[in-house]
Amino acid sequence: MNEQPFQIQTVVRVRGLAKTFVLHNRGGAELPVFSGLDMDVAAGECVVLAGPSGCGKSSLMRCLYGNYAPSGGTVELRHGQSWLDLSEASPRQVIAVRRSTIGYVSQFLRVIPRVSTLELVSEPLRRLGFSRALADDRARQLLDRLALPERLWHLPPSTFSGGEQQRVNVARGLIAPRPVLLLDEPTASLDPRNRQTVVDLIGRARDDGAAIIGIFHDAEVRDAVATRSFDLGTCRPQRAPEEMAT
Amino acid sequence: MTGPSASTPLEPSAIHQGEHDYNFGFLDEQTKRHIRRALLKAVAIPGCQVPFGGREMPLPYGWGTGGIQVTASLIGREDVLKVIDQGADGTVNAVNIRRFFARTTSVRTTTRTELASIIQTRHRIPEKALHEGQILVFQVPMPEPLFRLEPRRAETIKLHSLAEYGLMSVRLYEDIAQLGAISRTYDYPVQVNGRYLMSPSPIPKFDNPKLHMSPALQLFGAGREKRLYAVPPYTPVRSLAFDDHPFEVQRWDQACGLCGSAVSFLDEVVIDDAGGRMFVCSDTDHCSGPGIARDPQSAETLAPSGAPASLVPSP
Amino acid sequence: MSDDLLLSVRGAGKRYGSRWACRNVSFDLHPGEVLAVVGESGSGKTTLLKLLSMRLALDEGSVHYAARPDGSGPGGLRDLADLSEARQRMLSRTEWGFVDQNPRDGLRMAVSAGANVAERLMVLGAEHYGRLRDEARDWMGRVELAGDRIDDMPSEFSGGMQQRLQIARNLVTRPRLVFMDEPTSGLDVSVQARLLDLLRSLVDDLGLACVVVTHDLAVARLLAHRMLVMKDGAVVESGLTDRVLDDPHHPYTQLLVSSVLMP
Repeated sequence: MNEQPFQIQTVVRVRGLAKTFVLHNRGGAELPVFSGLDMDVAAGECVVLAGPSGCGKSSLMRCLYGNYAPSGGTVELRHGQSWLDLSEASPRQVIAVRRSTIGYVSQFLRVIPRVSTLELVSEPLRRLGFSRALADDRARQLLDRLALPERLWHLPPSTFSGGEQQRVNVARGLIAPRPVLLLDEPTASLDPRNRQTVVDLIGRARDDGAAIIGIFHDAEVRDAVATRSFDLGTCRPQRAPEEMAT
Repeated sequence: MTGPSASTPLEPSAIHQGEHDYNFGFLDEQTKRHIRRALLKAVAIPGCQVPFGGREMPLPYGWGTGGIQVTASLIGREDVLKVIDQGADGTVNAVNIRRFFARTTSVRTTTRTELASIIQTRHRIPEKALHEGQILVFQVPMPEPLFRLEPRRAETIKLHSLAEYGLMSVRLYEDIAQLGAISRTYDYPVQVNGRYLMSPSPIPKFDNPKLHMSPALQLFGAGREKRLYAVPPYTPVRSLAFDDHPFEVQRWDQACGLCGSAVSFLDEVVIDDAGGRMFVCSDTDHCSGPGIARDPQSAETLAPSGAPASLVPSP
Repeated sequence: MSDDLLLSVRGAGKRYGSRWACRNVSFDLHPGEVLAVVGESGSGKTTLLKLLSMRLALDEGSVHYAARPDGSGPGGLRDLADLSEARQRMLSRTEWGFVDQNPRDGLRMAVSAGANVAERLMVLGAEHYGRLRDEARDWMGRVELAGDRIDDMPSEFSGGMQQRLQIARNLVTRPRLVFMDEPTSGLDVSVQARLLDLLRSLVDDLGLACVVVTHDLAVARLLAHRMLVMKDGAVVESGLTDRVLDDPHHPYTQLLVSSVLMP
């Protein structure tokens, strides 16, 4: 069977993706977000999502992660040696995909009580089977690189500042090498120096062959990491004729 | 009403049926059959409690009605009966029960363990080893070993049928944890034939080893609870314990004040108002010291060989 | 998580007279998976838990469990209704655990903490007192109870500690499947947090599969990989926990999620 050329190895394939929210508590009001969305992302690419606020960039990311269930279309990922449609996948499959294939750095750190920063950051490696010692070591290196003070490592991040929490987020999201990375404003709340560190980390991951899809409001960051942009503005969802008139 | 005199043994044929109007052994034959059927079941499943239709007896519950019904179902004209209560032939209980059987069956009675074919006992096993062909009938107040831990009968039936005895293990563990040792000194739970948990009746744990591989047939009757169970001859009976807290019998620093025995179960007896006390064998037949008062009514009978036996004179 | 199925439920239902307390519930559970069953009072979630754990008999449907091969039969998925009562009871005491909502219901209050924890081992035939105590102390430590309290009575422990004692009592035989009925309700918030963290790590360390009934969505989010949302005896929505909570589809799920107060 033909192998794809080395330079072009698609790992994310989106076809006809649509998302509409139905708000039953508002009398069944429908909130269309996007529809008919097609997108291919290859290894080594960093695609920045563009479009005005509210056009569904975050929703698309969440669909790519299995966090939102699309209303239509498919989200195919190269998982291991085969393709998997995330929109049809069982919860077990999604969890397996998240463990080894997709990483996600969000803007919000979900804090679990009593779990230390070090544990949070090393967990993705442990889930892949790395020993605790190795995982903790790698976590320390990464936190050090991100200039998170050592005295914070054994503390749960609930009392950290926004910038500190964001660095923990980034560390957790990037520690395990993954074929696909989803980054939602990874440099929010970071000062210039830390921002640069994160940019370096993203660049490194991209150069190592990760397919990255990201939302970056900061133009500098965007220019530093992105290889191309994808505009969601072209995916306006179909509106009902009555609405079009207004 | 004429009763047997102290010195002449009763001839089996001289039962005054007309005056007493009782069937042989008090119980009617159908009841005896019923109880014997239940006993067969019990023997077939060693240690398992078998319900039976207990009858009204001329003693109230708590006075040995279960044991009496078992004995009554089995006793035959050729049997020789011994009855003891806490090891003694001469207590009120023992005397009454022995007299009851003497009246209703006119079988020979004895105080000598080795001469009896049926021994009915309350709360002790005779010191003298039993032999094949003997039947030991125990009087049992509460047949259910788990009763204090699980009072519901429906639940204990289930536990026994599934051999779920964790409850008892927990109790024994707790004893050691709280008291340093298992605190039961009587009615010590045993496992019969590797299967059923059984209450050996309130015999002292000192007697538990005698249950194991006994040549005699051991039968247990509970009148109020209307259940009986059995340990057939040569059945393994194991007292529960932990590997590192093994089962131990009681020991005394003293020996019997009457016969000097250092191996029998001793009763502590207060002998005067100043609190003076002495230790004597609980088993009066075993205690071979001088001056043991024996019940003159318990007619010492012909020994199996035919030679006359002698009464030990009272002081 | 391995591929072997541990529990397979098809069309489970329980009826009281003409009213179905729960009906048509189907799902599969694999080793190491945690499933949360969420709903309000009267949703049927507790009834479901009792059906799964054989505390109630099914009126409809079946529950299959992957029993280990042993003296009583071959291994593989077996219909629980086909198992003898003895086997069922043994299963409940060894391969399964059940953590009651009120720890006093799941503990023997009349015996010490150590006796409570060691009981299952005694039921299985362990007869060495010293080793039983060592095991009990070890498990008490794992649930963060002081080992030197091994001879204390359960009533001498606080509610949160009693709950942890109940968990230790269940885990001592290393069950594969643990049922939990509102494990954190009634506890102070800080105590809840500690207990949840403990449950999380135990699930991870021991590879436990769990079915957790809760009305607290935060507990579901923290502990569970998957969720079932129940209303009036029926499952109205199911799926990946974060998907159900962040993108609820069913009207009732949306109502539940939007009703939760965030501090």
